[in-house]
Amino acid sequence: MSETTTSESEFLVEMRDVHIEGRSDEVWNPIINGVDLTLKRGEVLGLIGESGAGKSTMGLAAMGFCRDGVRIASGSVHFDGIDLLTASAETKRHLLGKRIAYVAQSAAASFNPAHKLIDQHTEAPVQHGVADKSESEVDGIELYRRLRLPNPDEIGFRYPHQVSGGQLQRAMTAMAMSCRPDLIIFDEPTTALDVTTQIEVLASIRDIVEQFNTAAIYITHDLAVVAQMADRIKVLLKGDEVEEADTRTMLSNPQEDYTKSLWAVREFQRPTKPAPPSDATPVISVQNVTAAYGKIDVLHDVSFDIHEGRTVAVVGESGSGKSTAARCITGLLPPRMGQIELDGEPLPPDYRKRNKEQLRQVQMIYQMADTALNPRKTIGEIVGRPVQFYMGLTGRKRRDRVAELLEEIELPAGQYIDRLPSELSGGQKQRIGIARALAAEPKFIICDEVTSALDQLVAEGILRLLAKLQDELKLSYMFITHDLATVKSIADEVVVMKDGEVVEQGPKLEMFKPPHHAYTDLLLSSVPEMDPDWLSNLLAERGVENIGDAAVEKMD
Amino acid sequence: MSGFLTLVVVLGLIAAGGWLFRLIGQKATNNKPFFRDMSYAVAFGYVLAAAVLVFAIWYYFQPVANEQGVANAGVIFFRWAVQGLIFFAILAWLFRLLGRTVGTAWSKKQFRSMPLTAAFGILMILVYAFLAIFAGVLAPYGQEEIFQQVNALPGGNAATGGNPDHLLGTDQIGRDLLSRLIYGAQNTVGIAFATTLLAFFLGGSLGFLAATMRGWFDQFLSRGVDVLMAIPSLIFALLLMTIAQVWAPRTGIPLTVFMVVIIAVIDSTRVFRLARAVGMNIVVMDYIEAAKLRGEGLSYLIFKEILPNATAPLLAEFGLRFCFVFLTIASLSFLGVGIQPPLADWGTMVRDLAQFINFAAFSPLTAALPLMAAGAIALLTVAVNFVVDWMLHRSSGLKE
Repeated sequence: MSETTTSESEFLVEMRDVHIEGRSDEVWNPIINGVDLTLKRGEVLGLIGESGAGKSTMGLAAMGFCRDGVRIASGSVHFDGIDLLTASAETKRHLLGKRIAYVAQSAAASFNPAHKLIDQHTEAPVQHGVADKSESEVDGIELYRRLRLPNPDEIGFRYPHQVSGGQLQRAMTAMAMSCRPDLIIFDEPTTALDVTTQIEVLASIRDIVEQFNTAAIYITHDLAVVAQMADRIKVLLKGDEVEEADTRTMLSNPQEDYTKSLWAVREFQRPTKPAPPSDATPVISVQNVTAAYGKIDVLHDVSFDIHEGRTVAVVGESGSGKSTAARCITGLLPPRMGQIELDGEPLPPDYRKRNKEQLRQVQMIYQMADTALNPRKTIGEIVGRPVQFYMGLTGRKRRDRVAELLEEIELPAGQYIDRLPSELSGGQKQRIGIARALAAEPKFIICDEVTSALDQLVAEGILRLLAKLQDELKLSYMFITHDLATVKSIADEVVVMKDGEVVEQGPKLEMFKPPHHAYTDLLLSSVPEMDPDWLSNLLAERGVENIGDAAVEKMD
Repeated sequence: MSGFLTLVVVLGLIAAGGWLFRLIGQKATNNKPFFRDMSYAVAFGYVLAAAVLVFAIWYYFQPVANEQGVANAGVIFFRWAVQGLIFFAILAWLFRLLGRTVGTAWSKKQFRSMPLTAAFGILMILVYAFLAIFAGVLAPYGQEEIFQQVNALPGGNAATGGNPDHLLGTDQIGRDLLSRLIYGAQNTVGIAFATTLLAFFLGGSLGFLAATMRGWFDQFLSRGVDVLMAIPSLIFALLLMTIAQVWAPRTGIPLTVFMVVIIAVIDSTRVFRLARAVGMNIVVMDYIEAAKLRGEGLSYLIFKEILPNATAPLLAEFGLRFCFVFLTIASLSFLGVGIQPPLADWGTMVRDLAQFINFAAFSPLTAALPLMAAGAIALLTVAVNFVVDWMLHRSSGLKE
């Protein structure tokens, strides 16, 4: 097989009928069931699917690589006519890093914190004999410039922790480019970034891939992102290919039901509620709160009200003080000035001084369901504890109440009550988090980025559940998010925060209509849309200097 | 030819052999990935291992005595070691086989994924526990009983200076060594186990408390622990034991109790550090925050939320700590301040019989006397470490 060198083959990467298996519990379980993948030179292929669909596994297999405990059971992987599955370690060493490069999801975790960026950048070219160290450094600085990193001449001489997340992601792209590879595999390179940062990274990745005519496999679960980046899109579901088509066809005319359902996700919208009467007492009222970590103020004079049965979305980038505001309400961070009222009564600033009744009324649902549920306790114990603690129910009654709560979050109690969190999927865990909050029978729930770690279909299910519960139980939500699509679908009112201050607030409809505050406008414009021309249009309209962090800096 | 030159020549041969081995492997298997991607260092390792194996086999079949009838102690001990290794390996394999066929579904699964070393470790721990618990029934004589014949050799053969009544011989004042060895399991292992439990109770609860409370309480405890840890532990234990020796008769409390408390306190500092570090990682989790916001008390947080998540590292530490405590007791006894005679103790037995090791060249059986107690200590330490290694490996979630 390996002798059939077809360097004139039209495909750079050719994977045929690939089967991949992973080992767990002493058996090999299929991860990929016979998927074909082909990629021409200079082409960008988008791989999308939910988590567990096998996107990353497929991307790594294109390099002839498998993670520990995973194997390519059958099929063939050819890169430029070289059979990667039978190639010797020697041959692969010459390919990987030099002709095939990989950009990981978390640049912060992938850089070695003990070395400067430029030293890590020059490692591959020097190792592969492409360039010597000084040439490679000059080239690195040139790449940083092309990727529009601030201070391209100096930034490489910093350590990874001295550079922001978006900049690191771009530095990593530069590193992948250092040997001018024929193929780059991007594994969710923008998933961990804020929208305004994401757009900058997207623009620079697209630019540089075009400039050097590099082929790329772009793995993501975000359809709007893949629409900007890819020439063709392949949809995966549980290790099977659903369909593949070029981007425009795929967006305008998806064939399969699954693809259509993915496309329809962003259409969930709640009917607008009437404004609360002006004399109503808000459930939670945040009044002129200023709070500090140590001596540095992180919240400045923040005020907003949350009324019964309504959802207030608090929007902003990471570091804008959204979560800090939530910590002030829960009492984890007593504010330095100002106060928080529950039903018109001021709450003690420190949660330790609040009584059981006050603690019960304010509940929280966390972003990472993995860390929010004790991994050593069964679902019955996790949900049962607040039932016992607040309501004093024990034994049979407690179990009945837990079963009732599980029915409410649409998980059959008989099947789930004795499971551990590790035996649930991400969406199910998040539902347990909701059940635990509901068990206290609160008036007010803080939802801290509850959907941002979930796939879009699952996230939509969670949003619908939260909406249903709100209507049934007259709950009030404080919905912390950076995703404006979520805001559009669920919020009644919006509070936009930046650098610990409220920039703008008001009913949703007003907020999504111009004129906006400059920052709100930037946030809104940075949300990718399902239009393959969106990024190009935006860049043409605003220019590269007026998007992302560069624009935020100009505002100050 | 001098020894040095021989070594150089042998190493050179092995180096060439490694290169040849890889080349022949590549040719013979038509470039199978195993040989194709083999680095030279790995090939060298294979040949070196083969050479060592050949040497071991050659040495094993050397005569046990030379023409003059003088015993070749090295060969004898080597044979014993090899036979012991094979015997224990077979025993462990059989034990694992048993575990795979008998028991609950859960235990069967554990035994299926268990390496041989862990099976050996578990078997040994079970054997020691059995001996310690039933020492009074199993031992042929009492630990303090004194017999006529002193310094009887092990083997029970009267012709070579043994006594069929005392299978492992007797010590200088005529106590049966087999009985003392078995009682030693009860004394040494039992006291070490109690000490380790106490150390974990102290260190673990204070460590979790420090992790949860933080602030001045944490500072106070941590700095106190730093001070205790700054003093070399064995010297510190010796010092305190010397003081305790004066106090023990005055207060009427047995010296052993003092020893348990002293070693437990010294070792609890290590446990404190681990528990605090593990606890700190757990305390920042969202589920702890959720429990705090629910209004839960400190004891619920520590015992219901933190402890279940810290069991894996603590259990692993328990195994290691047990070995250290055990060795500390043995060394204290060896130095004369530990478990006091007439109680049988392995550390004291090693000290009392140590001079017999000098007779190894003439009578390997005599030299085996102190080695039995030392071997009992070594075997348990190795066994516990095998089990701990296996548990650490499992809790780290590594595959292969």
